[in-house]
Amino acid sequence: MNVIGVSVARNDAQEKVAGTAKYIDDYAFGNMLYGATVRSSVACGKILSIDTATALKISGVAGVFTYRDVPGKNSVPLVFGDYPFLAENNVLFYGQPVALLVADSEETARHAARQVRVEYEKAPAVFDVLEALKKDSPKIYGDNNVFKKYDIIKGDIAKGFKDADVRVEDVFTTNYQVHCYMEPQGMVADPQPDGGMAVYGTMQCPFYVHDAVAAILGVSQNRVKIVQTTTGGAFGGKEDVPSVVAGHSALLAHLTKRPVKIIYTREEDFHSMSKRHPSRVEIKYGAKKNGKITACSVRYILDAGAFSTLSPIVLWRGAVHSAGPYDIPNVKIEALAVATNKVPCGAFRGFGQPQATFANESLIDKLAEKLSISPLKLRRLNMLGIGSETATGQKIEKSCGFKKVIDTVVEKAKWDKIYLPPEKRSGRVKTGIGVAAAFYGVGLGAGGRHLDRAGSYVQIQKDGAVLVAIGNTEMGQGLLTVVSQIAAEALGAPYDFIKVMLPDTTRVPDSGPTVASRSTLMSGNAVKNACEIIRRNIDRTVLGMAGVRKGASYKGEVCSDGKNYFIKGAPKKKINYFELVKKCYAARVNLSSNGWYTGEEVDFSDVTGQGKAYYVYTYSATVAIVSVNTETGEVDVKKIVSGHDIGRAINPQQCEGQIEGGVMQAAGYALTENLVLKDGIIQNPNFAGYLIPTPDDVPEIVPVIVEEAYSDGPYGAKGLGESPMITPAAAIANAIYNATGWRVYSLPATPEVLTALRANFNHGRRHKICTERKKG
Amino acid sequence: MGEDIRFVLNGKRVEVTVNPLKSLLRVLREDLRRTDVKAGCEQGECGSCTVIVDGKTINSCLYPAGQADGKQVTTIAGLNDERETQLIQKAYIEEGAVQCGFCTPGLILVTRVLLDKNPSPGEAEIRVAISGNLCRCTGYKKIFNAVKRAAKYLGKGEKPLPRKTALRKIQ
Repeated sequence: MNVIGVSVARNDAQEKVAGTAKYIDDYAFGNMLYGATVRSSVACGKILSIDTATALKISGVAGVFTYRDVPGKNSVPLVFGDYPFLAENNVLFYGQPVALLVADSEETARHAARQVRVEYEKAPAVFDVLEALKKDSPKIYGDNNVFKKYDIIKGDIAKGFKDADVRVEDVFTTNYQVHCYMEPQGMVADPQPDGGMAVYGTMQCPFYVHDAVAAILGVSQNRVKIVQTTTGGAFGGKEDVPSVVAGHSALLAHLTKRPVKIIYTREEDFHSMSKRHPSRVEIKYGAKKNGKITACSVRYILDAGAFSTLSPIVLWRGAVHSAGPYDIPNVKIEALAVATNKVPCGAFRGFGQPQATFANESLIDKLAEKLSISPLKLRRLNMLGIGSETATGQKIEKSCGFKKVIDTVVEKAKWDKIYLPPEKRSGRVKTGIGVAAAFYGVGLGAGGRHLDRAGSYVQIQKDGAVLVAIGNTEMGQGLLTVVSQIAAEALGAPYDFIKVMLPDTTRVPDSGPTVASRSTLMSGNAVKNACEIIRRNIDRTVLGMAGVRKGASYKGEVCSDGKNYFIKGAPKKKINYFELVKKCYAARVNLSSNGWYTGEEVDFSDVTGQGKAYYVYTYSATVAIVSVNTETGEVDVKKIVSGHDIGRAINPQQCEGQIEGGVMQAAGYALTENLVLKDGIIQNPNFAGYLIPTPDDVPEIVPVIVEEAYSDGPYGAKGLGESPMITPAAAIANAIYNATGWRVYSLPATPEVLTALRANFNHGRRHKICTERKKG
Repeated sequence: MGEDIRFVLNGKRVEVTVNPLKSLLRVLREDLRRTDVKAGCEQGECGSCTVIVDGKTINSCLYPAGQADGKQVTTIAGLNDERETQLIQKAYIEEGAVQCGFCTPGLILVTRVLLDKNPSPGEAEIRVAISGNLCRCTGYKKIFNAVKRAAKYLGKGEKPLPRKTALRKIQ
């Protein structure tokens, strides 16, 4: 390996440090207009009238448009297609797009959009999932407010609990989490002479945007071109919403026949953006005295908001993983995505799993306590390994470094030195240590198998420089760098001469979304495939130059040291890469190719939820060490050790970056990120009120990489992006318990939550003492 | 409502006629087309719009353009050619402190001002210096390391690694 497993410098960093990288708001097109969105000011209601007269009188306003102006289909093409680009007769959440205004400056557009008067007849709204599930609740979707329900049934759940010596059950809830990428949503649409549309912008999934723009305009897909611009963070938040922003800007550009830019303000972004689903998880474990878990039942409910958008697939992933990373013979999972009159939730790093993991890993700790077994031992006793079975009945057959992950994080956190049971902790500020573990199905799995493919196009140009086109996006996670490394390795070309372009939908076929930690695997393999095809032509030329005659079945394997090619066994006879490229061009040898990759086959029963849900899993464990001020309820995270079996680290430094960044997002999720809604309206739509981690909040972070190679991965790689977000919040909650004896049942665990827990705890203890005294 | 505002931007005199209450950020981006200054929240919380005014970093989104009259305003574009900035930028790249990059120009400016004043800051001082700049990607750890590495390059004259040896093999 020349450049795999090496922390080469990112190849998009220079323009970013110099401020020359162009994000969507840095682009200007001639004759460009600016769009702004008129949004619903009620959570649920009927639109009675839209008065545009005042707005249209404002100098610079070019028009106000509603769903009546949509030439194509007024539905965002996601899973169900129930979300309209622009509201028709009703609105179902505060902030829902109702009309679009376009003007000659951003300031005018935003000001004038506020002058569009929409009159509503308010209707009863429902904001809570349990309320929404009641028979007599107002109906937002269907006759029961359930967007989607999944059942996973394995073994005999009744028998499993009957056989158990010990049972524990609880209900855990989580609040929203907002992505808070630094660059807000934005797009520019540029109408084309043929009636088509080119759209540029910040996005995760250019092919979703492609579908959306073709749909709203009602034009064929070959007239729509989507180009990703440098994207300032996404974390799932630019999976579905960019389809809306692009649809809106394309509609305005189509109607005005001028380029139109739409950039969201931070506040608008907060109100209208998809978020991590609030959740309610009712979970129960049963186990034998020896610690072997016999049964797990879960009722996993996601608050989806007013439209289904991506909720059905978030629900699926969350459900599949909700019993935890354990081999359990009897499992019953019921998963529901429930409609409420709030902004639709969608993808956020972890995709339904952080909620489920908080619940199952908190309850596993409780089970350990009840069994008087250490939380580590209980996990080790039940954890998935080669030969064991997941909740969907899938046998783990390959690439499982779970044991090594747990062993390494425990060792690096010095668990044995720090662990004490809660009752032995003393002082006003108490220290605690907690662990949480998880597995993560890489890629879209059986729920999205039709999308799990990727294309590429690779060409070596005349000077030896390599141009690579892929269909997955760079959002900051380092994909361009990792794919460059894979291309360099597979071609035997120098890394510095590889250029991977941001996706443009006219260059490669639909490669699915850039989500689910799938891009290193999917685009990496698609590029590797193209490079290997080119490499055959190169190798043939090398052998020819070395005098291995044609027809002699090409004896000898061609190798590369990243600069030169040579034949195995004869490393001294080298042919320089650049010279070889020249030779190939002179001999008219093709140095370009398409590449393609489809994931391994997966399957899944809609009835029982049994099957091979994903082709491979990553495994992770996090140990958190915290100190809790028992008077104020403030938690100070001291150290986080987070380990991940990712198959192969193509670029270890970038992998560390993913782990450290994910850990801090998860720390925010656990402790400070608290979105407050009143009557369906977000009360703190800004960084002043919604607190994401700052430099001051950073503990000692120890990233741990475990490499249990995946045979189908590029050089063994599985994937990493999501994994670091899944376990740290649960580990922090368990550490809080270990410090204080206060079990956290809802996230975020703000000081208010913790002081309330303290009150309950003291009350419970007094109660216990009184009862014991009475007995005595 | 427009007023003539004159200031020195990246070493060159500029003059704009704008509402003096318009934010310096908007004036830089819209009227002067300086897109190296980023608009992240426009509420003074994220620090993506950091610029240097008379030697001090400020959030240009909260800074009325009129207040810049007669002052020296510097964006990252104005410092890119200076050795000190280039060493800081190299340190950021070598430490892997850049991901999506949206917060990066602001952070480089903050680092530059910090190191100009305090050539060998401790981690606590680094945290204070960058406390006004949010980054959602990196978890900040590699940014702390980048500032420390930059301090070595600037203060102790340590040379940055040549590109090739900047590669680290996995341990």
